[in-house]
Amino acid sequence: MAFPSVSLGPPIAKRLSRLEVQIEANRCLNCYDAPCIRACPTSIDVPRFIGRIATGDLLGSAQTIMDANPVGASCARVCPTDQLCEGACVYKADENPIRIGDLQRYATDWAIQTGTTLFAAGPPTGKRVAVVGGGPAGLAAARDLARMGHAVTIFERDPEAGGLDTYGIVPFRLPAEIALWEAEQVRALGVEIRTGVTVGETISADSVLAEYDAVVIAVGMGNVPRLGIEGEDAVGVWDALDFIRIAKMGGDVGRLGEHVAIIGGGNTAIDAATCSRRLGVPSVTMYYRRGAERMTAYGFEIEFAQVEGVEFRTYVLPKRIVVENGRVAGLELISTDPAGSARPLPGTERIVPADTVIAAIGQTRHTSLLDAFGVVHDVNGIAIVDDGMRTNLPNVYAAGDCMFKPGGIDAMVVEAAQRGKVAAQSVDTFLRAEVR
Amino acid sequence: MADLSIDLAGIRSPNPFWLASAPPTNSGYQVMRAFAAGWGGAVWKTLALEPIVNVTSRFGGYNVGAYRMAGMNNIELITDRPLDENLREIAECKAAYPDRAIVVSLMTECTRESWHELIRRCETVPLDGFELNFGCPHGMSERGQGAAVGQDPELIEMVTRWAKEAAHVPVIVKLTPNVTDVRYAARAAAKGGADAISLINTINSLIGVDLDSWLPIPHVDGKSSHGGYCGPAVKPIALNMVGACAKDAQVGIPISGIGGISDWRDAVEFMLMGSTSVQVCTAVMHHGFRIVGDMIDGLNNYLDGRGMASVRDLIGKTVPRFVDWNDLNLDYKIIARIDPESCIRCNKCYIACEDAAHQCIDRPADPKLAPVVDEEHCVGCNLCQMVCPVVDCIEMVRVDAGDTVHTWREKLQSVPL
Ligand SMILES: Cc1cc2nc3c(=O)[nH]c(=O)nc-3n(C[C@H](O)[C@H](O)[C@H](O)COP(=O)(O)OP(=O)(O)OC[C@H]3O[C@@H](n4cnc5c(N)ncnc54)[C@H](O)[C@@H]3O)c2cc1C
Ligand SMILES: Cc1cc2nc3c(=O)[nH]c(=O)nc-3n(C[C@H](O)[C@H](O)[C@H](O)COP(=O)(O)O)c2cc1C
Ligand code: SF4
Ligand code: SF4
Ligand code: SF4
Repeated sequence: MAFPSVSLGPPIAKRLSRLEVQIEANRCLNCYDAPCIRACPTSIDVPRFIGRIATGDLLGSAQTIMDANPVGASCARVCPTDQLCEGACVYKADENPIRIGDLQRYATDWAIQTGTTLFAAGPPTGKRVAVVGGGPAGLAAARDLARMGHAVTIFERDPEAGGLDTYGIVPFRLPAEIALWEAEQVRALGVEIRTGVTVGETISADSVLAEYDAVVIAVGMGNVPRLGIEGEDAVGVWDALDFIRIAKMGGDVGRLGEHVAIIGGGNTAIDAATCSRRLGVPSVTMYYRRGAERMTAYGFEIEFAQVEGVEFRTYVLPKRIVVENGRVAGLELISTDPAGSARPLPGTERIVPADTVIAAIGQTRHTSLLDAFGVVHDVNGIAIVDDGMRTNLPNVYAAGDCMFKPGGIDAMVVEAAQRGKVAAQSVDTFLRAEVR
Repeated sequence: MADLSIDLAGIRSPNPFWLASAPPTNSGYQVMRAFAAGWGGAVWKTLALEPIVNVTSRFGGYNVGAYRMAGMNNIELITDRPLDENLREIAECKAAYPDRAIVVSLMTECTRESWHELIRRCETVPLDGFELNFGCPHGMSERGQGAAVGQDPELIEMVTRWAKEAAHVPVIVKLTPNVTDVRYAARAAAKGGADAISLINTINSLIGVDLDSWLPIPHVDGKSSHGGYCGPAVKPIALNMVGACAKDAQVGIPISGIGGISDWRDAVEFMLMGSTSVQVCTAVMHHGFRIVGDMIDGLNNYLDGRGMASVRDLIGKTVPRFVDWNDLNLDYKIIARIDPESCIRCNKCYIACEDAAHQCIDRPADPKLAPVVDEEHCVGCNLCQMVCPVVDCIEMVRVDAGDTVHTWREKLQSVPL
C-alpha cells in the first residue's frame, strides 16, 4: 500500500490483551434479542461474534461482524459505542457494559493480521452498478452488491478508497491501513475501484447513467465552508479537513506556531485540535459560538481533547483574522449572547493570540453533482431519498453523508455503512425486477 | 465465637477442615505450612511399603468460560517418596502441632501380611488415624489396589478387617465414587469394622482432547489414560453420595466428606448432609493453604449469625429431608415471579422457558419492559431463575394452599396391584 503509515502518537484505544479478551468475551451473557444488536445501526449480532471469540472461532467472529457491517473494522475504533451498542448493553446500568467495540476490534484485527478474505462474490447477474464515492457508504453498497452477483465499479476521487475513514479521521483513532484493508476486502470480490476519478469532472454523470444499470451516489460531503470574515485568505488559515488529511498522510502542514485557534464545536473541530497538539503545538484553543452543552462533538471526544491539553472557549465568534505579512497574527473574537442564540454582542471584541486558524464549521454539499445526475435535493443540497435510499430516479440511489439531514440521523461511519447496505438491497430488488 | 472442634470416631481436630490425601499433603514441609495457616487436620498423601514412580505430565484442568479449573483430573499415583522419610516428617508435624489431626492414608498389596506390615511400621510414629485408600481410580487399580478394592464390597470388608486387626487408632475407609451404588461399599466398610468412611475419591474421567494435536489431555509422551476427576464440578456428585450414606441405616458410621469443597459454604452443606469433617484438595491446589482462614471465619460467622454454639450441631441436619422421590408432595406448587425493577432485560429467562421449558414467559411488545410470567402455566421448574444473571431477580413463590400432602407412594399404595 502506497499510503504512509502515520500514527501521530499513541492510539486512543488500547488493544485488549488476550487475558482481557478472555474475561470480557466470557462475561457477555449472550442475551436473547439482545439490546446491543438493536442499538447497532448495522445490527451486528454482537453476542454471536463475542461467543465465537470465546470459543476461539475468530474467522466466524470476523465474518459475523463484517457480514453485517462491511466497515466493521473501522467502526470498532470510531463508533461512539457509548451511545450505540455499549450504551444499550444490559450491563450498562451498572456502568460496566461489555467492551463490544474493543472485542470487535480484536476479531477484525485477527482478520487483518492473518490476511484473511472473508467473503466471495455471488453468481453473476450480468448487471452493472456504478458507485460514486468509495467512503464507508460506497464501500458498503459495493460490497453487498458484489456478494449479490452484480458487477460493480466504484468511482473515487481520491488516490485511495475509504473516504473520511482513510483521510479524515485522525490516525490515533483510526489508522488509514484499517480502512484500506476494508477497501481491499471489497476489491477481492471483483469490485473495480477506479481511484482518481471525479464524477462530474473526469467523467460525466450522463456517461455513468448511460453505462450502468443502476447508480449509488455516496459522495459524502464537501469541504468546510468559508468563515466569511476578513483575513481568511492569509497563510495559516486552514480547512480542518485539509489539515487533518495532510497530517494523517504524513505531509507538511508548515509552521503552526505557538497558538492554534480552532473554530467550531463538532467532532471535526476536536480532531483538528488534538491533531495540532500531537503535532507539537503548545497552545490549542477551541472557540465555539454557543455553550459547551450545545457542542455536537461526542462527550468522550471532548474528554479526550481535554486530556490532550486542548482548551475550550465558549460563547465566542471569530470576527476577523489579524494578518501581518500575509500570515495569521491573531484572531479577533466577539462574545455571543449567553442565552445561546449565537447573536454577537457588539463592544465585546478582543484579540487573542493565534498563529494558525483552523475552521471546522461544518461541511459543504456536492449540490452540483446531484444536479448533474438529475437527483432532487433540498435547499441545502441534501439528496432526498425514500426508506430504500432511492432518489427521484428509479435507477439512482444515494447513501451516507450526502443524504443525512441535520437533526436526523447522525453523520457517522456506522450509519453511512447501513445506508449503503440498504441502498444495495434496493438496487438488487430493482435490478432483479428488471430481469423478469 | 462458636466451637468449631469436631470428633470423627475419636479423631479430634480444632476445626472440621482437613486436607485430603493428595499433593498438598505430600511432605512435612507442606503440612507444617498448612497447620500454620490453620488447617485442623491433614490426611497424609497415601503411603505404601515401597514408593511408586510418577509420570509427567499428570494433571488436566477443566475450564468453563473464563473460570479456570472448575474441575481437574490427575493421573498421579500415591507417594513417590520412601516410607521412612514420610514417617519421620509425620512425627515432626505431630510434635509441632499436637492439637491437629494427622491421618495417614494407606494403600498396599491385597494381602493380610502386607497390610499388617504397613500399619505396624506406620504406628512407630504418633498419628491419629488411618485412611484406607480404596479409591484411586487409575494406575493402582490396574495393580489390584485402590479402586480395584473399592469396587468390590467383599474385598472392602476383608481388607478393612485386616486393617482393624492391626491398627490401634481409628480406621477410616475412603470410598471410590466409581460404582453404581456407593452404599454397598459403605455398608461393607462398616461390616468390616471401619470406624468411619470418607468420600469421595476422584471420578473416572478424561479432561479433553487437544484440537491441534488430537492428543488426549493431559498426555504422557503422546498417550494418556483415564484419570481421577475432582474440584468444584464434582461437588454435587459427592454431596449426593455423602447424603446417600448418611441416611442409610446399614452404614451407620461417621463420615468425612470430600469432593469439590472450596469454601465454608460447601463445608456447611457437606456437614448438613452428614459429614463430621470435610476434606479439601483441589481448592488448595488452586489457591493455596491460605483459603482456610476464610473458611474458618466464614463458618464461625455463619454459626454465630444463627446463634449456634457448636459446629457439631450442623451434622446431618438436612439428611431427614433427603428422601425418595416417591415421598415428595405432589400438591406443592410454586411459580416464578420476575421483579421488573432489578431485571436487566437480557431475556435469558424468556428464551430458556420458550425453547427448553414450558413456554410460559411472555415478552411485552416494548423491549424496554421486563418479561412477564404466565402464572397459570408456569410449572415452577426453576429454569428461568437459574439462567437469570441477576441475583434474586426471579423469585419462586408458593401458590398452593399448603394444607395437603399427596405422594406417589400413597398413590401406589391406594391402587391395588
Ligand atoms: C474529522 C472527522 C471525524 C469524524 N469522526 C468520526 C468518528 O469518530 N466516528 C464516526 O462514526 N464518524 C466520524 N466522522 C463522520 C464519518 O467520517 C462520516 O459520517 C462517514 O465517513 C460518511 O461516509 P460517506 O461514505 O457517506 O462519506 P465519505 O467518507 O465522505 O466518503 C465519500 C467519498 O466520496 C468521494 N467523492 C466525493 N465526490 C466525488 C466525486 N464527484 N466523484 C468520485 N468520488 C467522490 C470522496 O473522495 C470520498 O472518498 C468524522 C468525520 C470527520 C470529518
Ligand atoms: C493430583 C491428585 C492426587 C491425589 N492423590 C490421592 C492419593 O494419593 N490418595 C487419595 O486417597 N486421594 C488422592 N486424591 C484424591 C483427593 O484426596 C480427593 O479425594 C479428591 O481430589 C476430591 O476432593 P477435591 O474435589 O477437594 O479435590 C488425589 C487428588 C488429586 C487431584
Ligand atoms: S459497528 Fe459500532 S455500533 Fe455496531 S456493534 Fe460495532 S462498535 Fe457497536
Ligand atoms: S447486551 Fe451486553 S451482555 Fe447482552 S449480549 Fe449484548 S454485549 Fe452481551
Ligand atoms: S433472565 Fe432475569 S434479568 Fe434477564 S430478562 Fe429474565 S428476569 Fe430479567
